[in-house]
Amino acid sequence: MTTPLLLGVLAGAVLSGTSLLYATLGETLVERSGIVNLGLEGVMLLGASVGFAVTAARGNPWLGLAAAGAAGAGANLLFGWLVVGRKANQLASGLAMMFFGFGASALVGTPYGGAVIAGLPKWRPGWLGELAWVRSTTLFNYDLLTWLAIPVAVLVAWVLFRTRWGLGLRAVGESPAAAYAAGRNTAALQYQALAAGGVLGGLAGAHLSLSLTRTWAEFMTGGRGFIAIALVIFSKWNPVRAIAGALLFGGAEALQLQMQARGSNVSPFILEMVPYVLTLLVLLVWGGSRRLNAPASLGRTFYGSN
Amino acid sequence: MPEPMPAPRSYLARHPAQAAALRHAAIGAAALAAFGLILLLAGKDPVRAYKDTFTYSVADWYGFSELLVRMTPLLLTAVAVALPSRLGLINVGGEGQLHMGAFFASAGAILFPGLPAWLLLPLVALLGFTGGALWAALPGLLRAARLVNETITTLLLNYISPLIISFFIFGPWRSRESSAYPQTSRFPEGALLPNFFNTRIHAGLLVALAGLLAYWVLMEKTRWGLEMRAIGGNGEAAQRLGLPVAGWIVAALALGGGLAGLAGMGEVMGIHGRLRQSLSPGFGFTGFLIAWLAGGRPLGILFMAFLFAIITAAGDTLQVTQGLPYAVINILLAMILFIVLARRPGGAR
Repeated sequence: MTTPLLLGVLAGAVLSGTSLLYATLGETLVERSGIVNLGLEGVMLLGASVGFAVTAARGNPWLGLAAAGAAGAGANLLFGWLVVGRKANQLASGLAMMFFGFGASALVGTPYGGAVIAGLPKWRPGWLGELAWVRSTTLFNYDLLTWLAIPVAVLVAWVLFRTRWGLGLRAVGESPAAAYAAGRNTAALQYQALAAGGVLGGLAGAHLSLSLTRTWAEFMTGGRGFIAIALVIFSKWNPVRAIAGALLFGGAEALQLQMQARGSNVSPFILEMVPYVLTLLVLLVWGGSRRLNAPASLGRTFYGSN
Repeated sequence: MPEPMPAPRSYLARHPAQAAALRHAAIGAAALAAFGLILLLAGKDPVRAYKDTFTYSVADWYGFSELLVRMTPLLLTAVAVALPSRLGLINVGGEGQLHMGAFFASAGAILFPGLPAWLLLPLVALLGFTGGALWAALPGLLRAARLVNETITTLLLNYISPLIISFFIFGPWRSRESSAYPQTSRFPEGALLPNFFNTRIHAGLLVALAGLLAYWVLMEKTRWGLEMRAIGGNGEAAQRLGLPVAGWIVAALALGGGLAGLAGMGEVMGIHGRLRQSLSPGFGFTGFLIAWLAGGRPLGILFMAFLFAIITAAGDTLQVTQGLPYAVINILLAMILFIVLARRPGGAR
């Protein structure tokens, strides 16, 4: 691989990986509280469309980001009402959220189909731009969400493993009965995890439409929500390990874009398959260890609290 | 002291079938109302949308025939979900299996164009079944080996098979006479399914009904069905009883996937006559909803498939008369699911 290609892939890996990382972090929080949200794909789509629509209508990408985060939280709380409040099946409820996201994002996004937006401003520290090998690439020329991605991952890890709230959250995911007996409000903790995870999922979608493509297209997340769910398994429900997973998958996507841009002979359709095939391989290799690492009560409904 | 009089039982309590029908109607009405409210908020006219759907689909012969056309793949993708669900397996990959079936069937028509129809048609159907079956057997194998849950793998495979089709129709199979549009040339007549009544209703409908019947016979009348239901009831017990649990997991998913593959074969050989993109507006996902709402019961699937054919026709109406994308109809599907999920507490199916 030539140096410019390598640098291009690296720069692209960080950009593409940002959205995956936020989505993975959101799902990690939710799964740590014992809930699987298969609707992440729909939440991301909703974030992408709401973020884009608000940005196009008001001309302010920050407002768009805020709206995307709020939409994600709202969607996840609706999901929470089903699985926590009504104790409905989590997989079926997740798929319902996926359908909802498919439809609602199309409804919200369509009027802004051809809109042109400035998107999130990008910024590179001056001294980095001085370096010759950086100047010719998009390396380090990132928007705020990308700059904050790794700090947010560390923050989520800190909250999960170093705070009382995180301890309670993980306790609910491992054994809601024990957490309940210890005086924790299991339902409240799960709703809180879902709201926080929804904000992250909405931002993940918004990063795609506000920074990566700067357009709205139906189904534009293209399965990234499902890839993020696989990344949670790959990262063993650990936010810091998720950074590596997001970079790996971002890299796969970036490599594909770079090869297309450079007129590679390989069919773009074959290249587009790479992230999905890679995800399947990751699941194959790491999926077996699932039972050792997953929160013990993941996907189970807790009936004891009322 | 005389016994207290038992409370008089209401009409509905004495007639569970009528009560169920009323319940379903109420759920449908609530979902339609919720979806209508969302359309209203989006500045559209829900009453007109519902009225147009009725006028152009149910009350019109051609429209009605189109409902049966739409029902054809829905029946098959629904059974593709219902069959594995009897073992407690969740197949969300109908979409990918449908595309794989379409791809394999097309390969048959392209590789053996000279075969007579009596040979080519069964071959194409068999290939369609095989394509879908292989695409579902893979998650089945991974699940049976206790490596990966089938839900996430079937979902991911949905994204791969349309890309395989794109690769071929943009590449080696691309028709020379219609180079503006990425698709294959028209398949030989011998590979195409016959149409009926001068409509687009094709022999795939008979295949779908046969598939539904076979599903019922397999599940209710054979030892195999009993074994599968036993595994679904208590996998641990079935294992200890000596039932081949892993084998049945792969077989049930493969059988289901094969039926979804037949749906893809039907779309290609019965409707389009060639392989192209956008074969399915989410038939696989809609099939999942149908099977889930019908609780896997064959008659329920038949009824729900018809109902969902109408709902997806409403999606077309929205697109044509209200300038909304077809995908918006997913909101209505979600509303129905939300209501059913919220009503069935305790995670019960």
